[in-house]
Amino acid sequence: MPRIPQTQGDPPPSDILLDVRDLRTHFRVMDGTVPAVDGVSFQVRRGETLGVVGESGCGKSVTALTIMRLIETPPGEIVSGEVWFDGRDVLQLSQDEMLDVRGAEMAMIFQEPMTSLNPVLTVGDQIVEAVVAHKKINHRAALDRAVEMLRLVGIPEAPRRVKQYPHEMSGGMRQRVMIALALSCDPKLLIADEPTTALDVTIQAQILELIRKVQAETGTALLLITHDLGVVAETVQRVVVMYAGKVVETGTVDEVLQDPKHPYTEGLLASIPSKGMRGTRLNVIKGSVPNPFRMPVGCRFHPRCPYAFDPCPDHEPPLDEQGNPERRVACWLHTKPPFGLEHRPRYGTATPLAVEAAGEAVR
Amino acid sequence: MSGLGGIPPEARDLEVPAATVVPTNGSGRGGVATGSSPAHDEVPAPPGDGTALLEVEDLVKYFPILGGVLRRHVADVKAVDGVSFSVKRREVFGLVGESGCGKTTLGRALLYLQPPTSGRVRLDGQDLHALKPEQLRRMRAKMQIIFQDPYGSLNPRMPVSDIIGEGLLAQGLKDHRVRMKRVEDSLEAVGLRRDYTRRYPHEFSGGQRQRIGIARALALNPEFVVCDEPVSALDVSIQSQILNLLLDLREQFGLTYLFIAHNLSVVQYISDRVGVMYLGRMVELAGVGELYERPRHPYTVALLSAVPEVDRARARKRIVLRGDVPSPVNPPSGCHFHPRCWLRERLGNPEICSTVDPRLHVVGEGHAAACHFADRIEQERDRAAKPVVAPASAPAGA
Amino acid sequence: MAIPTDPTLAGVAAAPPADVAKADVEVALESLSQWQLAWRRFRKHRMAMVGLGFFAFMILVAIFGPIIMPFDPTNIPGTTNPAGYPPSLAHLFGTDTVGRDVFAMVVNGARISVAIGGFSMLIAGFIGVVVGAVAGYFGGWVDNVLMRVVDTFFAIPLLFVILVAAKFFGQGQVISLIVIFGVLSWPLIARLVRAQFLSLREADFVEAARAVGVRDGRITFRHILPNAIGPVIVAMTLIMASNIVLEAFVSYLNFGISANQTSWGNALANAQSALGLGNWWWAFFPGMAIAVTVMSINFVGDGLRDALDPRTRL
Repeated sequence: MPRIPQTQGDPPPSDILLDVRDLRTHFRVMDGTVPAVDGVSFQVRRGETLGVVGESGCGKSVTALTIMRLIETPPGEIVSGEVWFDGRDVLQLSQDEMLDVRGAEMAMIFQEPMTSLNPVLTVGDQIVEAVVAHKKINHRAALDRAVEMLRLVGIPEAPRRVKQYPHEMSGGMRQRVMIALALSCDPKLLIADEPTTALDVTIQAQILELIRKVQAETGTALLLITHDLGVVAETVQRVVVMYAGKVVETGTVDEVLQDPKHPYTEGLLASIPSKGMRGTRLNVIKGSVPNPFRMPVGCRFHPRCPYAFDPCPDHEPPLDEQGNPERRVACWLHTKPPFGLEHRPRYGTATPLAVEAAGEAVR
Repeated sequence: MSGLGGIPPEARDLEVPAATVVPTNGSGRGGVATGSSPAHDEVPAPPGDGTALLEVEDLVKYFPILGGVLRRHVADVKAVDGVSFSVKRREVFGLVGESGCGKTTLGRALLYLQPPTSGRVRLDGQDLHALKPEQLRRMRAKMQIIFQDPYGSLNPRMPVSDIIGEGLLAQGLKDHRVRMKRVEDSLEAVGLRRDYTRRYPHEFSGGQRQRIGIARALALNPEFVVCDEPVSALDVSIQSQILNLLLDLREQFGLTYLFIAHNLSVVQYISDRVGVMYLGRMVELAGVGELYERPRHPYTVALLSAVPEVDRARARKRIVLRGDVPSPVNPPSGCHFHPRCWLRERLGNPEICSTVDPRLHVVGEGHAAACHFADRIEQERDRAAKPVVAPASAPAGA
Repeated sequence: MAIPTDPTLAGVAAAPPADVAKADVEVALESLSQWQLAWRRFRKHRMAMVGLGFFAFMILVAIFGPIIMPFDPTNIPGTTNPAGYPPSLAHLFGTDTVGRDVFAMVVNGARISVAIGGFSMLIAGFIGVVVGAVAGYFGGWVDNVLMRVVDTFFAIPLLFVILVAAKFFGQGQVISLIVIFGVLSWPLIARLVRAQFLSLREADFVEAARAVGVRDGRITFRHILPNAIGPVIVAMTLIMASNIVLEAFVSYLNFGISANQTSWGNALANAQSALGLGNWWWAFFPGMAIAVTVMSINFVGDGLRDALDPRTRL
């Protein structure tokens, strides 16, 4: 049996649907330990939409899988933390108890719908199966529910489509089915892990519109995981930015996208090519994400940070409040540094090609 | 001065066709980076001398579908269905479209990696179809390709020196010492260390691998490079490094790119002219500024409006297309886009859309579109588009 | 030129933490080839290392068998006791019904088993790789014809072939078993190689090689074959293991090695007649030899499967 961290704290106020506290999920593999999620905390209110943003390997998907208790153990291990969901710490539940929570109270949609739909069952059967498992209704009523859900997600000719198999549908259609399946039991929380990454941009527009619409209609809270800041901008209310297993910045979507405080968020936003940038060099973040077996000490971003100064290589910055409890940044530029070190950016802000390729960690 | 420009003269005596010999028209090849012509300007006319380096005429690539026990030819996937365009010297020609539109196949077909079913490709005036296999193999020194997948495109069992040097060897550069010098110069040109030659691909990150792939293409001193989604497999922060590198290399070596991508922002950033593909056909072609400001094909309009933007301050309007891209085995009659077309719907479903193929025709200066009603776009667009309702920044309870 | 000679050092100049950069450089120094990497991964596979150790031991036994054999396995040592002795210092594994030394029989059996398993594997590997590569590389009708041949071989019943072969080669020759087993097991390899070729032919790095003008021959030998070889080696170890079992099986049925030679299968067949007597050592030692050898080879195969997969990361 995997060791499960004991609950330490008290439940959050009732308007907080999901409260993740200091979550650490590590993977122990042949060559060492990968701290995929390393001290992540955030909250989701009832009915709220929260985006978790970051590049590959930042731990955003592992965070979602940990909340759903879908981490394979071994190699994964939830080392510490609490995940309060609707008044209880789900890390304390047994896998049997989780079966009643997963799908019914929190549901998840994945990047590639084909791998999460069962190819030998019709889409109707799959929805019926989920509904019958979680709600006390008969098969007939569940089938009606399936048709209703397919209509909700904008699938034309729903009564005919419920009898189709996943392979008979296109990628966009399958993602709609996934959303219908996820919402079929009225979950309180919907976790969407890169729901549009595998889709074309015109189909992505359809799916994002759909997610916004059903979220507003059903009042489900949404945890959207993505690497695409554009998707975040049009879909969520608040944002959590992750880097190398840690939260580096949180705030409302306007605060984070228009006034980024962490150098990583700033660099990420600046490196997206946009309209006015033709003819100018793109901003870059030098180097690449750190090797997970050799995470930098101190601030994990400091080897790539153009502002790094005295405390950064040695001291990890806390995720400190910036004015209000939901606007937080983990950067020594925005926090009083320890041991009397001063705010003194020392290394300039230039990012010429000279440093772009430098320091790319060998993975 | 470093990079390939700095290589000693003896390193250049590759046995390549006469036409491949470094041109001396001062276009920056052969080591003299001009640095004078601006990398980007908003006019469709490309920098350089404006002559066509690549001409593609009515290119068709079908993939046969074999069925039954006897593996008879039952149908075709019409991946590229009659595409014509030209790429001028030192220009970046962007090619956009969604998955299955044929843009990748087009890139491979015009390099004769997958020989086209019909049509003509001319590179630097040379008809590729007329070349014998050995001549075509020699010709490859002039035309290169950069791949999307930084993992799949490097042989995991080869050291970097072989990956990059193999092409030089194949093109006749037998002297090991000279070849290694050239390999190291290429590595340096893409911002990697010269001593990386003995390493294997698995020792590099995605961004570094993509640089190796670029160095491989660059080592042959090509004129024309097909960049097939070179940044779409990379993280955003690495993406911008590679885009900067590609533009630098173009400046330095006077390269001409065909830049294939599905990311419209990236294409807008890097391209001088842009072609939009849908179901195997080119539906619109224009200078980048013109295309993004005044699109004249309903598909382009919808595609551009679908891109989610980071800037929340701008009021966005969007045309959301219904349904999915149809199968390229049985594309719709007439205009391939007509079953999903919002303009056709607004105009009361005119019959011509489903019966007559609207050929790509001139609709403005340096601007061509394949739509029967291209002149109606601007007035109908604003009425068809619906505002994007992004959620309020702060939750209701806050 | 804005491009620095040494980007890593340039990066260090612009960013402070020298220790981090140094760590990177150190990693950079241990540059290993794919085969070195594979060996490193293989070493971490404990069971595979145990298997390899035992298998190497068996090969040594097979090679130096005549030297370490205390008695001739076919002759009765200086005793007239036909019932056999239990294991003792003189006869480590005891003696059999006719007084032959079981230890000597097991050692001699190892020679036969390793020879049959090993050489039939090499035959199967050679034919299989050639046929599979030709079919996969050329495709079209060549592929069609060769694959139908492969299908035909899969349909041939083993015992029938052995009986027929016995007519031509003479009953119970080791060489005939090697040829029969080799010829019957290549189709498996051929199918595998062909599948590898078909998928690798489409790989981006092969396309890239073609794009720089590399000729077909070099593409086959430098790009496709080295990447196809991993799964083939794994399959070959499995074929070796199964052919050792097969030898025991056909010898046990008296279709294999002639009864006057001593293979593990023969030893088992002899033991069966007298098991009721409680002389467990007659069956136990040859049986253990088969089981442990086959298991060792399978462990080695397992280890190779992980070690040779370039996707496995350190």
